[in-house]
Amino acid sequence: MENFSLILAIVVVTALAFDFTNGFHDTANAMATTISTGALKPKVAVAMSAVLNLVGAFLSVEVANTISKGLVDETGIRPEVIFAALVGAILWNLATWLLGLPSSSSHALMGGLIGATIASAGFGAVHGDVLVTKVLLPALAAPIVAGLAAMLATRLSYGIGRRADGKAAEKGYRAGQIASAGLVSLAHGTNDAQKTMGIITLALVAGGVVAPDSDPPTWVILSAGLAIALGTYIGGWRIIRTMGKGLTELQPQQGFAAQTSAATAILASSHLGFSLSTTHVVSGSVMGAGLGRKGGVVRWSTATRMLVAWVLTLPAAAVVGAGAESVTDLGDWGTAVVAVFLVAASAAIWKLSRREVVDATNVNDTEEPAGVVTTAIAAVTPPPAATVTEELTATVPAPVTTATPESATPPAATV
Amino acid sequence: MKIDWAALGSVFGVSLAVTVGLVALFTLGIMGLSHRERAAAQGNSATLAVTGAYVAFAGCVAAVAYGISLIVA
Repeated sequence: MENFSLILAIVVVTALAFDFTNGFHDTANAMATTISTGALKPKVAVAMSAVLNLVGAFLSVEVANTISKGLVDETGIRPEVIFAALVGAILWNLATWLLGLPSSSSHALMGGLIGATIASAGFGAVHGDVLVTKVLLPALAAPIVAGLAAMLATRLSYGIGRRADGKAAEKGYRAGQIASAGLVSLAHGTNDAQKTMGIITLALVAGGVVAPDSDPPTWVILSAGLAIALGTYIGGWRIIRTMGKGLTELQPQQGFAAQTSAATAILASSHLGFSLSTTHVVSGSVMGAGLGRKGGVVRWSTATRMLVAWVLTLPAAAVVGAGAESVTDLGDWGTAVVAVFLVAASAAIWKLSRREVVDATNVNDTEEPAGVVTTAIAAVTPPPAATVTEELTATVPAPVTTATPESATPPAATV
Repeated sequence: MKIDWAALGSVFGVSLAVTVGLVALFTLGIMGLSHRERAAAQGNSATLAVTGAYVAFAGCVAAVAYGISLIVA
């Protein structure tokens, strides 16, 4: 590791910080339903998820290789560009965490990367068709695929399982949820820890430390795995609350159906060559499970806020990434300014979050937190959509399913 | 721009079939166990139901093992 310049060290540290936010942002994906149905105690659930994430990080380097080779031209990328991309991704992850919204960490990362690349090398350096086929289309497909599967599975489970009750059923659903949540955690480790490995490797290639097209070095794999596991253990309790309680009330059968559908969709997608975002899959399956039970209600106001966040993720991270890249372009002092800005903004977001603390003790409280979070959400949500969905929540349960893809399509198309 | 509809379709089909199949299998297993619970409460035994339950759970365990092997591969 000769020629290990300061900027490269900064990039590696920032990438690990991103990995950490990725971990706590996505704990909800694996563990929200398990926590909200009471199958596992909150602390136990995040600990288990953290361990499986760490294990998953060591299992393969395939995703890391596609990240560092697929989306942008790696020739001509400087470490500063990657740094700027990470700044965009981290800030978006923290902002959505403050609002308790699950959004795709991979979209944030890709958005940051795309924005920074455009600012640095122009629009030509981004592969636009890869963007559509690998990012936008999967984002629309994921919740539909997983949601439909979870809905049918829930229906079936309540249909044939009417005579399943008592202690045995309770214990059985508990075990089933833990197993499928474990699978999701493991898959998350192999996917998302590797994204960071891919980014660090990309930076190392850009900085000339390792040869192009090489696999991530061992210290990269180890540190990325540890960072994501630590983030997972700290737990993004705000997002867990939204996912586990905010979208719909889940009974153990539904939790099991949702988690099974999520695990299946994630595994099927990564092995049949149509990669889906874990966050989108899990949100879809939770909603599907909510709709599958008679009398189950999905809170469309929460779902709409989530959709808005999904649509904004890529452009927002791209704008921050592009801005950060333009500043780092001014020279070393520009890079220093961006670094200070990142730390200051992160600290500010953390400070804001302390006004309304969500942790292991109150993660299962049903009520939406009032105060800073709600007001901040009000700023994000488009007013008309919000009022319509408020009305829907109380009165219309199942038939509104189609509203989700419809409301998602138009804004996504304009991106 | 080429959209891989075949891959998307197969992801959709496989997710749907496997999820519904697994949940059905698991629910049958749970039903077997709660049948035993009820039978035991009345002093009876329910060998068939219990055997069926374990067969169902074995199927689920096999699916999970296959899932792990997919992740590792």
